[in-house]
Amino acid sequence: MRFLNQNNMKNIYLDNAATTKLDPRVYKKMKQYFLNDYANASSIHYMGEKVFNDMEDARKRIASLLNCDPNGIIFTSSATESNNFIIKGVARANKDKGNHILVSAIEHHCVLSAAEQLEKEGFVVEKIPVNKDGIIILSELEKMIKDETILVSTMFVNNEIGTIQPIKEISEIVHKKGKLLHVDAVQAVPYLNIDINGLGIDFLSLSAHKFYGPKGVGLAYINKAIKIEPLIVGGGQEKNLRSGTYNTPGIIGMAYAIELAYNTRDEYLKHVTELRDYMWDRIKSEIPDVYLNGSFNKRTPNNLNVGFKGIEGEAILMMLSTKGICVSTASACGAQNLEVSHVISAIKLDDQNVNSNIRITMGRFNTKKEIEYFVDTLKMVVKELRERSPLTKNIKTEKSFSC
Amino acid sequence: MALNYTEKVMDHFLHPRNVGEIENPDGYAEVGSPVCGDMLSFFIKVGKNDKGEDVINDIKYLSFGCASNIATASMLTEEVIGKTLEDAKKLKFKQIVDDLGGLPQQKFHCSVLAVEGLQKAIEDYENKNKK
Repeated sequence: MRFLNQNNMKNIYLDNAATTKLDPRVYKKMKQYFLNDYANASSIHYMGEKVFNDMEDARKRIASLLNCDPNGIIFTSSATESNNFIIKGVARANKDKGNHILVSAIEHHCVLSAAEQLEKEGFVVEKIPVNKDGIIILSELEKMIKDETILVSTMFVNNEIGTIQPIKEISEIVHKKGKLLHVDAVQAVPYLNIDINGLGIDFLSLSAHKFYGPKGVGLAYINKAIKIEPLIVGGGQEKNLRSGTYNTPGIIGMAYAIELAYNTRDEYLKHVTELRDYMWDRIKSEIPDVYLNGSFNKRTPNNLNVGFKGIEGEAILMMLSTKGICVSTASACGAQNLEVSHVISAIKLDDQNVNSNIRITMGRFNTKKEIEYFVDTLKMVVKELRERSPLTKNIKTEKSFSC
Repeated sequence: MALNYTEKVMDHFLHPRNVGEIENPDGYAEVGSPVCGDMLSFFIKVGKNDKGEDVINDIKYLSFGCASNIATASMLTEEVIGKTLEDAKKLKFKQIVDDLGGLPQQKFHCSVLAVEGLQKAIEDYENKNKK
């Protein structure tokens, strides 16, 4: 639409937690599997065999980075599929052991919705609370695990506020009670080491497009010793656990992307941390009445989730969008529904601030110059919207509202 | 999901008409709340026309809300300025939606809130001026 990005300038993409740009090197690698090595990896002729072996090589390389058994890696279409497969598959295959499932209160919708489906099948789902910093309360988790619990599902890094969950401690608690742990690690690459064996993770989900890989491919790591039911049946690919023609360009692209991500990790972390620190220092010193959602120290350095008192998140997003800047909001009036973000609700923000937040997520391709322009623009946008707001005078008095 | 706001909505969002406050308004109303996600305050000045009927001489508003909340209130003020209170009371939310060239379904409530705010501001004036 022509009124969007009115200045017709370069896109300033600060929504890297939603998805990332495909790394051109990954794209180049994938091209070969679209145009030359396009055979079906299930075919036993020489062309199929070549693609199959390249795919298995990709599986081994991913397993070595994640420190897990390559046979436990099941390729899927997305982390949404992986989360659905693991949660529903483990619950349904192990109903003889119990009917109780624990998920954290700040899980992605695909985890929450999969769990809700299970409730309709007679499972009991409970949500583990988080503290104001957005970190799972371990003592609550410990209390909530029952004899009937069959699976505990927590994310590694929260997608909205970037907070890092103490997976090692969570794993110890869950295993001490003899239960199984699923970790949605979608936002963790390459910020954290995903040491599946070291951390004692039974199930894990990843998606390539979050780390400069292609969209439409992900993986589920499963502990082969535990029963699991497939979500998609058919030709019997992936040891009968995930049917459907192998997405070989995607799988090979994902393997290459995760290797690039970890091989260039130090440099990458330094880059995004510098951008983040510059951005946050300027925002908090140059814009009044702002606050950060989620712990500053226990978050990945690509994420800032910031609230601007007295104005609404989507209005900020839309006005930035007209200036060529892409950020996100999960607050009411957000893209899809009018409900307040469950993550924002879970960290118990003051009521009048629940709709005033935006998520800014940096990445490999952002530059300091872009961040300078972003902060300059953000200052103007916040000022302009506050001039229109009936709440500006109330910011200091903290007048209370209800809905 | 793309909202695909019309150019008219974006125009009213980026260049809102009649935004601000009126000192000592004849009618005032505040509807919605930041907790619900949107809030509007309306201020009206009422005068008389040639026939001696009450008319909206001036209207201003403040908004805590999304682009469509700001745009619907802006559109509404343009539509009712100069109108008699009786005519202004007849304004329907659908009219604003149409005049903006449409709104995404999930944003219809913004126009409902704007109409409610106007009606309450008129009511406030009428309550204060009961004969």
